[in-house]
Amino acid sequence: MAEAPATPRSPLAGLAGALAGAQAGGVTLTERPARARLNLRLDPEDEEALAAAAAVLGAALPLAPNTAASAGDRTVLWLGPDEWLVTGPAAEADMLTGALAGRHHAITDVSAMYATLALSGANAREVLMKGCRLDLHPRAFAAGTCVQTALARAQVILHRSGNGQTYEITVRNSFSVYLATWLLDAMAEYRPA
Amino acid sequence: MNCRLESGGRIDRTQRLRFAFNGRRYRGFAGDTLASALIANGVHLTSRSFKYHRPRGILTAGAEEPSALVQLGEGARTEPNLRATQVELHDGLVAAGVNAWPSASCDLAAWTGRLAPLFPAGFYYKTFLWPASFWKAVYEPAIRRMAGLGRAPEEPDPDIYDRMNVHCDVLVVGGGPAGLGAALAAGETGARVLLVDEQPALGGALQGLRHRVDGMDGAEWAQAAAARLAAMPEVQVLTRTTLFGYYDHNTLAALERRTDHLGPDAPAHLTRQRLWTVKARRVVLATGAHERPLVFADNDRPGVMLASAAQRYVNHFAALPGRLPVLFTNNDDAYEVAHDIVAAGGKVLAVVDCRPEPAAPLAATLKEAGVALYTGAVIAATHGTRRVQAVTVAALGEDGGLGGGRWRIGCDSVLVSGGWNPAVHLFCQSAGRLTFEEARGIFLPGEATQALEVAGAAAGSFGLAACLADGAAAGARAAHAAGFGDGRAPPAPPSDAPEPGAIAPFWLAPGLKPVGHGKAKHMVDHQDDVTAADIRLAAREGFRSVEHVKRYTTVGMGTDQGKTANVNGLAILADALGKSVPEVGFTTYRPPYTPVTFGALAGRDRGALMDPVRRTAMHEWHEAAGAVFEPVGQWHRPWWYPRRGEDKHAAVARECRAVRAAVGVLDASTLGKIDIRGPDAATLLDRLYTNAFSTLKVGRVRYGLMCGDDGMVFDDGTTARLAEDHYLMTTTTGNAAHVLEWLEEWVQTEWPELRVWCTSVTEQWATLALAGPKARDVLAAVAPGLALDADSFPFMSVREGTVAGVGARVFRISFTGELSFEINVPWHHGRHVWEALMEAGAAHGITPYGTEAMHVLRAERGFIIVGQETDGTTTPQDLGMDWIVSKKKADFLGKRAWIREDNKRADRKQLVGILTDDPKVVLAEGAQLVDRPGRPPVPMIGHVTSSYMSPAVGRSIALALVKGGRARLGEAVHANQAKKFVRCTIAEPVFYDPEGGKRDG
Repeated sequence: MAEAPATPRSPLAGLAGALAGAQAGGVTLTERPARARLNLRLDPEDEEALAAAAAVLGAALPLAPNTAASAGDRTVLWLGPDEWLVTGPAAEADMLTGALAGRHHAITDVSAMYATLALSGANAREVLMKGCRLDLHPRAFAAGTCVQTALARAQVILHRSGNGQTYEITVRNSFSVYLATWLLDAMAEYRPA
Repeated sequence: MNCRLESGGRIDRTQRLRFAFNGRRYRGFAGDTLASALIANGVHLTSRSFKYHRPRGILTAGAEEPSALVQLGEGARTEPNLRATQVELHDGLVAAGVNAWPSASCDLAAWTGRLAPLFPAGFYYKTFLWPASFWKAVYEPAIRRMAGLGRAPEEPDPDIYDRMNVHCDVLVVGGGPAGLGAALAAGETGARVLLVDEQPALGGALQGLRHRVDGMDGAEWAQAAAARLAAMPEVQVLTRTTLFGYYDHNTLAALERRTDHLGPDAPAHLTRQRLWTVKARRVVLATGAHERPLVFADNDRPGVMLASAAQRYVNHFAALPGRLPVLFTNNDDAYEVAHDIVAAGGKVLAVVDCRPEPAAPLAATLKEAGVALYTGAVIAATHGTRRVQAVTVAALGEDGGLGGGRWRIGCDSVLVSGGWNPAVHLFCQSAGRLTFEEARGIFLPGEATQALEVAGAAAGSFGLAACLADGAAAGARAAHAAGFGDGRAPPAPPSDAPEPGAIAPFWLAPGLKPVGHGKAKHMVDHQDDVTAADIRLAAREGFRSVEHVKRYTTVGMGTDQGKTANVNGLAILADALGKSVPEVGFTTYRPPYTPVTFGALAGRDRGALMDPVRRTAMHEWHEAAGAVFEPVGQWHRPWWYPRRGEDKHAAVARECRAVRAAVGVLDASTLGKIDIRGPDAATLLDRLYTNAFSTLKVGRVRYGLMCGDDGMVFDDGTTARLAEDHYLMTTTTGNAAHVLEWLEEWVQTEWPELRVWCTSVTEQWATLALAGPKARDVLAAVAPGLALDADSFPFMSVREGTVAGVGARVFRISFTGELSFEINVPWHHGRHVWEALMEAGAAHGITPYGTEAMHVLRAERGFIIVGQETDGTTTPQDLGMDWIVSKKKADFLGKRAWIREDNKRADRKQLVGILTDDPKVVLAEGAQLVDRPGRPPVPMIGHVTSSYMSPAVGRSIALALVKGGRARLGEAVHANQAKKFVRCTIAEPVFYDPEGGKRDG
């Protein structure tokens, strides 16, 4: 009988070669390794639930629209007034389920639903501006901002992460090859001649 | 004739460029436009006019050019109708004038000009009326060939284009003195400023003038200002960029020409042009003004040019528009042009001023320099064929007609100035309203409807000092309104330019014969060949509305939108109607300001990037297996997997037989999946579906129909109960997003009291449908831990387990009628599990099957597909699915709609099977059904919704919606097929295994 593969197969496996060398002058594109992901729903007015979730995650759930919170290995993206995307260690689901027992909530495993691309470098913002209608200027899109928007013709979660040098683009599996191809094309002009 | 000045200008004389125009070779310099290089070579004749094929030359030096239109480049890169005045010269450039064959100087269609009396205003409304059939076949193609502009390229565009989206606090449009002042003032506040200008370098009108700003040459001051802007981190300057569209909510569009000026040296990695979408909090329109031509007899001969254009050619390009020019004006400012030409070493024969006593301060200076001065006089005629050779100057009489004097002056060019029109095009696009100022005869920006300022000449401030001050004030105001600075304008730099001089609006110079008599044409619209006589004719024929006159005469309807024509045309119309200009009104300007290439509008949305192809986890496996893909929404699903030598029919038949006889596997990952949780999940589902889900036991699955509140079926699928408060719903592939929105709409707006969460998990799970009598054997080989016998794992139930080493949810449901397991595994493991099934099933001849075989297999069992058997007007009852409509539930979506009389009619279209009398005939899907064959019109009683050749039944089968069909089983109907009628019989819509005994294997 077949064994499960040690590592999940990325929907971008077919583009691995192109992504490995995806550095063009001032911009670099890489694929983030697969991580455990949970979609968390709970009532933002349920203070007890918020506190219980924060205790497990080590960070308060961001309540301000279009923001993210990070703690150690874990990132929590605000997706809606009662919806968050948690990226972190695999065992989190059970801990959260335990902590939220008795509270009205939903924890849905979406670990296999997305690919995440990381775009960084001096020209990263300009590459995104080719396909994103939002204002990505640092005054309007500070580090820690997280939005759900259209990039080119794909729906994405766009998160300006860490110190702001990197844009993490989380896209549903089925759109990932299209989006990565579009990004590689948009980066071409920054490649030294 | 070499008309290049020995020195001066801002061209780069160290870089000589070669180019070809209308088949002849010429030389120019870096920094030239095609127009300036032609003028420097003494060439004025560029092309032929739209309608009469009259010789045409270069009228302007900018975007407003109506007549010097050229076809640029050759082959796939050719581009029609570019304005020679805006084409930057590069080495090896090849261009030709439009609408001339074989050439502009010897145009064989010029005879049309002699037929001009046959082509008055609106001639095509009057002439080509009969016979009607001739319009499309004869008249239109012939007119299109004769009249017209350049040729579109016929090959695919080899260049690439892209788009860019930018936001700013202040957008400044135009980099002349006002725009530079605005950008500097706004930039200094720290606001994010975008300055857009269509020229290669900033400076605008300063480039054409000899005035000094802040103690420097004006153009040098502009360069210094550009350097200051470049040093401001939040200021971005886009040159060679035309802001062509002003839309709602301060959204604007601009076209940047990135590599056009480089010609063959354009680097391959850069896009040729870029379309910018700008969102601006405030906009400063510093778009300048266009000089207005004077309308006089035969004012369209090559060699006739706007005075300010001549000034720009002399000062900026060091090119004399002619060795022997005559200047014709109604204002003082044009005297400066004559002065500049003389100062540059050129000659001006005469100034003709229609005003009796010009107060121009330069008049005396010019007289001293030997320039003849004719006041109270007009040019009454021009002479020459391919270029003006002489003019007849005549004194104006008291009555506005010609008076006594006539003077014939030999000349090679005529420079005209009728005053200035503020460039209000973008202001009009923004939905701003115009006002008319009688004194100068100009339309000015009035009430704005968007967050904008208009500054400088665009606002009617024509003097240089006023432009500089106006711009700085507007920039500071705009920045302040956007939240930056205190709104106080920085001091404007001083300049040595005089105040703008006096002007007397003058709309139509009388000719030697009355307007419209004789051969002379008073040209108003150079691009569309519309004359003053045409406009007067329209007025005589009863046209009163300016909108009607525009369409009837075509004035202002060319690619230039009448930039040089409209105001003159309006004034001539107003005069003909005996009204004032404001009474006549104004036709508005629309985007684009100047034409935009289709390539730029498409951007990178071409070829593989045109639209996303959504791929499943097994997509690459399908590709390697040679699958033919079917687009389903944005998904590409395997349609069938042809083997060597197989056509579609053979491949589909083989796949169908494999599922019925052994085992097949389908990639069903595209089905929508929605995770529904919460104590009220069962209540929500009871309200959404026609049948009950609260009664479903944990671990079981139920098929459901979902209707809109109109009672019409809009989606179907199976839903499993995974726990008391946890369901997994599946939707059709195309409706996945729509169904989730439907759920959210009800939960968020109508039933917020329901404690339930809905989360899409469509792409969390790859779905593999294993179907056929051997399905159990194959699954058992890869899922030894799962009890698969029919008692342990009954039909319509769900089990969790391990498949090929991967945690899975397995559903025993069937869309084929065979024993079937739908295996859901995390997407990232889909490919692995698929390959494991293929390996485990090899001994049984496992066959991957595509959507076409899936359609055949389900149709054999009479299973509907939403969107195929339904069209938004189909109820569950129409589908014969009353069994799925709950009689017990108090209420659910759709229920109330079914008590409508129309939804209870006996003759509603109902789902039935259709069997052709000839079993080999496969009906076309969509075929219309009638009771009796006959010539149309025939009453139509229904249509075929699905139709296939069925290997299992051994004949063709079809499903159809037929009026009152359920009561007509066994009756004959006729299907219209390829203009013939095919006799068929109405049957039950289930053709295979009606008892459903196959589902247990």
